[in-house]
Amino acid sequence: MIREDDFSERRKKLSGLSDVELEARFWSLTDEIMQPLIDLAKTHTSPSIERSILLRMGFSSIEAKAIVDRCAEKGLLGKGAGHAVWKVAQDRNIPIRTAGLELAEGKHWDNLTFGK
Amino acid sequence: MKLKADEKLNVAEILKDLESYRPRRKGWTWRESLAPDTRIGLFEYRQVSKDLKQGIPMPAAKSFGGINPQPDCVITTEIASGRFEDDLRRMRMAAWHGADHIMVIRTAGQSHFDGLIEGTPEGVGGVPITRKQLRATRKALDFIEDEVGRPINFHSYVSGVAGPEVGVLFAEEGVNGAHQDPQYNVLYRNVNMVRSFVDAAEAKCLMADAGMAQIDGAHNANATARDAWKVMPELMVQHALNSSFSVQAGMAKDKICLSTVPPDVAPLPAMRMDLPYAVALRDLFKGYRMRAQMNTKYMESDTRDATVSHTLNLMLSRLTSADIQSTITPDEGRNVPWHYNNIAALNTANQMLIGLDGILEMVELKKDGPLPETVRELKERAVLFLEQIKEMGGYFAAVEAGMFVDSGMFPERNGDGIKRQIDGGVGANSVVARDADYFAPVCSHFGNNHVPSQYKSACEAIGGCTLCRPEKIVYINELDEEDCVDRRMAEFQDHQAKNMIRPEVQWYGDGYVVVGMFVPVDERTAEFAALEIAKRMNLEEAEVIHKGVMHPSEGTFVEVKGRFLQDIDPKSLVIPKKVVTLSDDEIRKDIKARPLKIVAATVGQDEHSVGMREIIDIKHGGIEGFGVECLYLGTSVPVEKAVDAAIESNADAILISTIITHADIHRTNMKRLDQLCREKGVRDRLMLVAGGTQITNEIAVESGMDAGFGRGTKGINVASFLVERRRKMSAAKK
Repeated sequence: MIREDDFSERRKKLSGLSDVELEARFWSLTDEIMQPLIDLAKTHTSPSIERSILLRMGFSSIEAKAIVDRCAEKGLLGKGAGHAVWKVAQDRNIPIRTAGLELAEGKHWDNLTFGK
Repeated sequence: MKLKADEKLNVAEILKDLESYRPRRKGWTWRESLAPDTRIGLFEYRQVSKDLKQGIPMPAAKSFGGINPQPDCVITTEIASGRFEDDLRRMRMAAWHGADHIMVIRTAGQSHFDGLIEGTPEGVGGVPITRKQLRATRKALDFIEDEVGRPINFHSYVSGVAGPEVGVLFAEEGVNGAHQDPQYNVLYRNVNMVRSFVDAAEAKCLMADAGMAQIDGAHNANATARDAWKVMPELMVQHALNSSFSVQAGMAKDKICLSTVPPDVAPLPAMRMDLPYAVALRDLFKGYRMRAQMNTKYMESDTRDATVSHTLNLMLSRLTSADIQSTITPDEGRNVPWHYNNIAALNTANQMLIGLDGILEMVELKKDGPLPETVRELKERAVLFLEQIKEMGGYFAAVEAGMFVDSGMFPERNGDGIKRQIDGGVGANSVVARDADYFAPVCSHFGNNHVPSQYKSACEAIGGCTLCRPEKIVYINELDEEDCVDRRMAEFQDHQAKNMIRPEVQWYGDGYVVVGMFVPVDERTAEFAALEIAKRMNLEEAEVIHKGVMHPSEGTFVEVKGRFLQDIDPKSLVIPKKVVTLSDDEIRKDIKARPLKIVAATVGQDEHSVGMREIIDIKHGGIEGFGVECLYLGTSVPVEKAVDAAIESNADAILISTIITHADIHRTNMKRLDQLCREKGVRDRLMLVAGGTQITNEIAVESGMDAGFGRGTKGINVASFLVERRRKMSAAKK
């Protein structure tokens, strides 16, 4: 976009606002612009988020990467990589770490089912 | 380990047992402000914080009992030479000069590294941020903060395509603050915008729970835009977008710090341009914190020029406010910062912040006229900018349309903004929608999380996550046995064991020195002459790092850096013994028993009187205070007159002050005094002492004096010498 500085024209609609009103407008516009992005973040995940969850579950960065790569391959990131590890541990009654390391090796993915 | 002032930091010791190291605290620490009528020494301060236990005061503190008042704001220094093990020593030096916020810049390319780096590889233009490096650094800072008696905040960057992982790492390892701003990723690192914002929420949630302070990335628009001042409205928008997003991700406002840089420098009328912006920002962002950064955009190789720009920046901080005062090293326009330039920048900040202490008690920003008018205009332009984003269909659409970092001052648009596509950039199309049963069994996780109903908290499902049970953290020591700290340190093991000395600017044993020279020819010739001079001085890899034209043909000031790669064995040095003074009481007792009289004068054509008065005057702790009878003859006294006066008054000593050194006049004066006393046959019974800024004991003794005293001399040094010398003379007579 190319445009000359038309500030004196554009500002007319703001000229009636007090400083307090102008500042309030600044913040309500900002929050409005950021709201969809926050909603997006609430309802989406990424490989890095999933790896960060596995780190918090006690896996090393290398192990976390291997698990998330396989999880993404299987199209299961939307379930949560940590969810997959937890599920395998539950289903097979094995420790979380064992479940994760086995998933990292490619085991269990094909038998993994979510839901009740 | 307890650090001792006279012992170097033992880096090898720091590197031991890192697998079991845990940080002693988490979260950010502000300074402890003192009451606005606090007295330090004889003076009242308004904007100071708790004293340091140990530190290096400003040079002039000598005249005021060595006071070292500490400003109220946190003070930052950025240290990242590529070898973190060498940075630890610099961090200690910085802490002694008042830094309590140590920022470590990442190695080039880390922001595009899809995952965590492990071990301790060498970095380029920064340090690879890894668990081992963080632990070693935080551990060293634990000892350093105990040494100086003030908590030190450790800081790095949570951005790039591994933001959430780095966030976990920082939360686990007790990193106290971090840069986090998804806009920075999008605009300057070309990380995909969807990925960047989705990741940012997770990272911010982790930072918030760990109590970390956040610094945003808005100031980069200053550095990128063609005319830095024209992005002011946009800067406020960028600050606001990140702040709003951060608050909605769970951060407290008082942990959200706006990274703000005065955009302008002289020769622009910089203060008049930058002040309204600084005021507008502080008006709009009440409740948030200000991280005042120094300008880098227009920096070149002249460290003096940079320092003056930074001084103006500091003035702005005091005329408005700063919660964190960051510093830029004056050599940043030349190279990756060197040890002593971090210290120079810290000293500039301390000197200005203390020098301007409480200034707003006497000076006020105007409430009418151009200042508030421009403040209003900037705010309106920012609001119009936000309206335009909304009209365009939101943030992503605005980025796609190139709204940001356009060189026009909004609403002016020059069509040269940074454009990014929603499905472009690093990590594009990697974001996935969470299913209805999405589950993450950990703490500090942002957004929808379908925790099975049998658990009270998410991480109960796994018996606790690493944030609750740090013993679960998996520590990786090294992945590359070649590119690691042990290998780098082994290279100098022998050197270190023998205590060999080599100059250094960033890495142990690097050997770099700078030689400054005036070369009386034109710029181009001077450059090559300087290189030849450096070569003949045996400096290796010589490089011109600064040229300043004094006149097109009369000459050029050139600074050359080069490496001096020889080792100095401290055992081979001849170091004269440092004189130890007698105690106050012993001097007084001696003089009471045997009165001592001196004649004092500033000799030659020299009107300096301050130094001599300091030495004599009872008010300044001078020798009168010890009972010495002083006959002060004044300034510009001929040497002959001083000798005659001493003979007439039957004095025991002559004290001359000689400040001017032009044509070696100080040496001539001293030699003349010695010679005259010999001619008159009184040399044996008169003690001759000279003082002055350029005098050392060695120079004075060479020139026939019994002693010489330079900068920093106190009355007691002179009194002690006189008493001891007289004792020796008496003993010799017997």
